[in-house]
Amino acid sequence: MALLEARRISKQFGGLAAVSDLSLDIEKGAIASLIGPNGAGKTTFFNMVSGIYKPTSGQMVLDGREIGGLRPNRATALGLGRTFQNIRLFSNMTALENVLVGMNCRLKSAWYGALLRTPSVVQEEAKARQRAQELLVYVGLGGKGETVAKNLPYGLQRRLEIARALATQPKLMLLDEPTAGMNPLETVDAMALIKRVRDELGVTILLIEHDMKVVMSISEYITVLDYGAKIAEGTPEQVRANPRVIEAYLGKGVAAGIRRAKQQVVAKTER
Amino acid sequence: MAQLWHSLTGPWRALPARRRQRLTWACSILLLLIFPLVDKAFKWGVVNDVTDVLVLVILSLGLNIVVGYAGLLDLGYAAFFAIGAYATGVLTWPGHPLQWNFWIVIWAAVIVAAFFGIIIGTPTLRLRGDYLAIVTLAFGEIVPVVMRNLGSLTIGIGPWRLVSDFNLTNGVQGLNPVGRPSLFGFTFSFDPTPWYYLILVIAALVIFANVRLQDSRLGRAWMALREDETAADCMGVDPIRTKLLAFAIGASFSGFAGAFYAAKLQAIFPELFKFNLSIMILCMVILGGMGNIKGVVIGGMLLQLFDRVILTQTTFFVRYIGQTFHIAPLATVDLSLWRWFFFGLAMVVIMVLKPEGLFPSAARRAELHAADEETAQPAERG
Repeated sequence: MALLEARRISKQFGGLAAVSDLSLDIEKGAIASLIGPNGAGKTTFFNMVSGIYKPTSGQMVLDGREIGGLRPNRATALGLGRTFQNIRLFSNMTALENVLVGMNCRLKSAWYGALLRTPSVVQEEAKARQRAQELLVYVGLGGKGETVAKNLPYGLQRRLEIARALATQPKLMLLDEPTAGMNPLETVDAMALIKRVRDELGVTILLIEHDMKVVMSISEYITVLDYGAKIAEGTPEQVRANPRVIEAYLGKGVAAGIRRAKQQVVAKTER
Repeated sequence: MAQLWHSLTGPWRALPARRRQRLTWACSILLLLIFPLVDKAFKWGVVNDVTDVLVLVILSLGLNIVVGYAGLLDLGYAAFFAIGAYATGVLTWPGHPLQWNFWIVIWAAVIVAAFFGIIIGTPTLRLRGDYLAIVTLAFGEIVPVVMRNLGSLTIGIGPWRLVSDFNLTNGVQGLNPVGRPSLFGFTFSFDPTPWYYLILVIAALVIFANVRLQDSRLGRAWMALREDETAADCMGVDPIRTKLLAFAIGASFSGFAGAFYAAKLQAIFPELFKFNLSIMILCMVILGGMGNIKGVVIGGMLLQLFDRVILTQTTFFVRYIGQTFHIAPLATVDLSLWRWFFFGLAMVVIMVLKPEGLFPSAARRAELHAADEETAQPAERG
């Protein structure tokens, strides 16, 4: 059974259909990508999965439970983690505190527990701190725990966002342009990290990405959106060869040109 | 001069940080404990003033939770102080049949204030920034007006009356007298010293709660909300619960302060809880450094010291100069009339020169320090 099932999801902003009638299955343990030109509705779809927007219609099922229209913190509690297109760390808190906030919904101590500091609360806190340190080391931020988030270099801020999302113990992690703004070296590192998260931690990954090199090399399954609707899906090879995808990205004229060129090549080789 | 200072403080700096911290704590606690004796010995007669200052410090610690930790700008915080004070007044005023014991009433005041914290918090949950500030401002204005008008309370539907013309708050005159606390047969009265020790205990409780909350799951959730509400929500922080807890816990501190203040003053009336008070408390929080306990306490004390001591002393000094040199406007000046001007000036100067406050939290200081290093060695990259 698929981990995430979107059934005929639509989102209207006034007269504008940002996403229309989108159905999507993400298999458990997959690394899947959502691609499409700017304004295709990718981030809108992410915001509906994570609960920031409520879908106008349709169903969103995560691991057998309906999450459409749930508030973001409820969706997170049910196993959904995410990062943001423009980094949204808690910039005046330390890296360690950022990760600890991610653990918030997995901790139990209440306000009176914090005041009385009972042995169980102290123990839970110590465990959480240790786990947070481990997560920082895991994403390559070992020793940076006490650094205030906004003073971290850009690449490390992206990694900290992933660590924070991992701290929520997600089943499915949504990564919104995880390599945006990175140099080629950082991009390679980030891809390795994403692969490790899936292979070692068993977290299913759905990512939005504009860098086609990243998309084609990392994803096992790709869904292409244009004007809020799904225009293609399949393995990287299938999607790359799909004329509608080329059309959406490069425009009708270019697509036609490519088709003609291909036909000529085919004709030549036949001759 | 700098070198002399350096050599004098050498042994102190040689101590490990933790020892230094403990020594500072021990010394300040000792100073606070023997203060009334010192006051008596030198005939300063300021114990009463210091007690009032501590009431304001407790209020600013409560506001620190709402504004400093959770980032919810509350411009009507004095309303909770009023509610705490009036709860005490209503439950102990001889005009009412209740007249409970003060030690029970102070907790009742805390609960009532926390309850109203939730009442005002609920409609503001969806508001951010300026909108929230305006709503809390209005709440701060409404509460004293309501108190003024509850001198004749009538609750009923149609001809059916639940309460008819009930005098809850005694209108403009206010409630007077208010029940006094007594402990082991000793009743608190006009001697300020027992009041001083009582407020010290309350202040210790409130600081303790602030410290423990700051470094807890809830404290982190508050700060995450302050930094980025949407991101915090997506990381599993329930904004509704967390904000309401900030309002309730912040308000409960002012419940303590209100109960104490009402009992000490022996009278409460609506004029005590004007908008100025909310602003004064907010100034105390901002001056010292939002979200930092030490900053809020010291900053608050400094502001009050300035208000109560430095302004009057400077007035005498300026008058003296005016009389000596025959400058008529200076000889009759009263600088305490200018207090709000000086507060405003101080706020502008702080915001321009040191926006993180006089005593910023360790994290903020570290961050400034890191920024310094970066400019010093631009080639180094992390």
